Amino acid sequence: MERYEVRLSGEGGQGLVLAGAILAEAAGIYGGKFVTYTQSYGPESRGGGCRSDLIISDTEIDYPICAHLDLLLCLTQKSCDTFSSKLKPGGLLIADSKRVTNPPSGPFRVHSVPILQTARQKMGREVAANMVCLGVIAKISGLVTIEALRQAVAARVPKGTEATNLRALEAGYALALEVAPADALCVPAKISA
Amino acid sequence: MGAATKTVQLLQGNAACARAALAAGCRFYAGYPISPSSEIAEVMARLLPPAGGKFIQMEDEIASLGAVIGASLAGVKGMTATSGPGFSLMQEHIGYACYAEVPCVIVNVMRGGPSTGLPTLPAQGDVMQARWGTHGDHPAIALCPSTPAEVYELTVLAFNLSERLRTPVILLMDEVVAHMYEKVDMRRLANLPVENRARPTCEPGKHAAFTPGADGVPVMAPFGDGYRYHVTGLAHDDRGYPTQDPKLVAATNRRLQEKTVRNREGLMRYELLDTEDAEVIVFAYGIVAAAARRAVREARKQGIRAGLFRPITLWPFPGEELAAACAGASRVIVAEMNLGQMSGEVQRVIGRSKDVESCLKADGEAISPEEILLAIEGKEVRHV
Amino acid sequence: MFDFREYLRMEMFPHMLCPGCGHGIVLGALLRAIHSLKLTKDEIVVVSGIGCSSRLAGYVDFNTLHTTHGRPLAFATGIKLARPELTVIVITGDGDGLSIGGNHLIHAARRNVGLTCLLLNNQIYGMTGGQFAPTTQIGRVSTTSPKGQYETPFDSCKLAEAAGASFVARGITYEPSALEKLIVAAIENKGFSFLEVASDCPEFFGRFNKLGNPADQILMQKQNVVDVEAAAALPAERLRGKMLTGILHHEPRPEYGAVYAESVA
Repeated sequence: MERYEVRLSGEGGQGLVLAGAILAEAAGIYGGKFVTYTQSYGPESRGGGCRSDLIISDTEIDYPICAHLDLLLCLTQKSCDTFSSKLKPGGLLIADSKRVTNPPSGPFRVHSVPILQTARQKMGREVAANMVCLGVIAKISGLVTIEALRQAVAARVPKGTEATNLRALEAGYALALEVAPADALCVPAKISA
Repeated sequence: MGAATKTVQLLQGNAACARAALAAGCRFYAGYPISPSSEIAEVMARLLPPAGGKFIQMEDEIASLGAVIGASLAGVKGMTATSGPGFSLMQEHIGYACYAEVPCVIVNVMRGGPSTGLPTLPAQGDVMQARWGTHGDHPAIALCPSTPAEVYELTVLAFNLSERLRTPVILLMDEVVAHMYEKVDMRRLANLPVENRARPTCEPGKHAAFTPGADGVPVMAPFGDGYRYHVTGLAHDDRGYPTQDPKLVAATNRRLQEKTVRNREGLMRYELLDTEDAEVIVFAYGIVAAAARRAVREARKQGIRAGLFRPITLWPFPGEELAAACAGASRVIVAEMNLGQMSGEVQRVIGRSKDVESCLKADGEAISPEEILLAIEGKEVRHV
Repeated sequence: MFDFREYLRMEMFPHMLCPGCGHGIVLGALLRAIHSLKLTKDEIVVVSGIGCSSRLAGYVDFNTLHTTHGRPLAFATGIKLARPELTVIVITGDGDGLSIGGNHLIHAARRNVGLTCLLLNNQIYGMTGGQFAPTTQIGRVSTTSPKGQYETPFDSCKLAEAAGASFVARGITYEPSALEKLIVAAIENKGFSFLEVASDCPEFFGRFNKLGNPADQILMQKQNVVDVEAAAALPAERLRGKMLTGILHHEPRPEYGAVYAESVA
């Protein structure tokens, strides 16, 4: 796999910095890939724009900044409006179906997924959305295995919360199976499973 | 912290700095919170106490570096970390540490300036401040990493140089390098050599506190070990006593300036990529060097003979090394996240036979490989 | 047997203080206090800032650190944390310690770091030529208050106490033996000890304000103060305009290093 750029975007408080770190560890430490990870957030702890950027590659990464996204996850309309133009042709947009009411169209695939709703209904709280995201990404993109994510989640989340977070991860994985058509679940051509 | 014990882990630039400081023997940290350097303080607050060290959050950056200098005089290696506004406040004590010859490490995670500027957005606007920020002629050592793994290596080197030369050493990171994580095999970074300041072996009373050794560096006695002496920021003689004797003042000022230059071995770090046959050389450091590396490779694919000179030691400026690398090139491009601070230095070194071209950006965004490639191709770069 | 030459760097003399300056009296009291405490010269660190009083650090045969303007407490904090077994004494002036270094003073007091801070208050910036200080009394003439000082001065002892110093005292150069005892008590306190000493500056403060010869100025100190114990028995009108001397506040609490060791364990 060559350079594959991922951006998780939304707003402060949605747990996307932690989600990015877990995805990076799943791909890098448990998946054996090269990985870099950067975050960007405003001065607000809650509500401001927030994003996690990852680059995953089979070879050493010379430049750690994302500019041509292969995968963009958006948990707010604003983040979708801001970043969808950065998606590569043939890229993948995963948008929350509640907060992203007006997903863009373009030369990329769009999956509208009820991430926040699933977090609330299955886990009882929206803050679990970050783990749901990871499950969705694993299934739809094939970027990392669910097993690598399980290991990364268990190692990274606060002690005592492992079971809850893992359940949210599995809920996301199951959700992707439900909402994404079967043909979309295949691994993009350039990604080795 | 689950990942901290693993051989392969995701390492953040700021965390790498703190952990390398511990490995280099740092046992004292004083600092004041400021983004984007705060993680260094946070990791030090966790790791220093179990290592038998001391962490203190001071009332401001001036006090922070003062406390670090105090600890170092008492024999304990110390560090502080800050960003632009705090670095400005530290300048007086950087000069003090230069003149009183007190080893210490100062980390500046550069963010956009001037003034409060762009909190947590990247810049490289403090490179000249790292050289000339404090008043008067003084030596300066500044190291500039471009990846988290290199942050680790250079933090250890910063302590080593500081101990060896009895002078403050500045680690200049940009926000991207400080905040980014990369996968690092920690085995590669384990067991880096650690240097400690020489201590006097003579009897107390026979030790002249500031008499230089053959390398121009005086041997340093920690306070409390029986070698009572005076330390001052005033011009001083070899005993440390204030003096205004022009001969003594001149000798000390020259010695301080020269002790970095005459100990070039191991101090001048730089990286060359494809410079041997290069027609176009890009000069870039920090995160911009990462973009430049990608741009140079793209240019080579297009048949343009491009190369990269990456200074790792920014100060003293690796002028001889740069001049040698640029000798055969017809064009030199400086890419940096400021309005041309290093461009003048590069022009000075390569002489007037060719004009330095610039790829500059000072808007809070990193320079992209595409922008540098455009500069290599000789096309207009939008952001300049 | 006390011999002050044992504690001085005689090669540094003659000193740079003016004739009649009170700072030498404070230094004498400090050296006698150190002698009576039987502290060795190697275990003492004297840290100072910038100004006339801060030059005292250069004349004493201890580990001495003449720092930057206003910052000696920051340097001293680093030394104390690095080598807690050392006795760290800070000598500062009213401009150094209360103006440019005021923030460091309140935070050192708040933390209760084990330092003894001697603040020599001569109500003037002497080294720079006689400008008013944050302690200059209202109405006093200086080069920057030619018609008399109009800003309210600090009461440094109240400031230190409010900030958390566990020992606060005030002495005067008129009473060097009482001052010596105060310094002993200050060093014996484990936490942050603050001791203001009224000193005189005949060259600038005294001359500008026509206060007579140095002896007159030192005598004036005596007339302006009341001992804190005696004050308890005096009616309020007898205390009006007077400064209190003696140990004004002593409330031992755990020193910073001890608190740190316990808290991070």
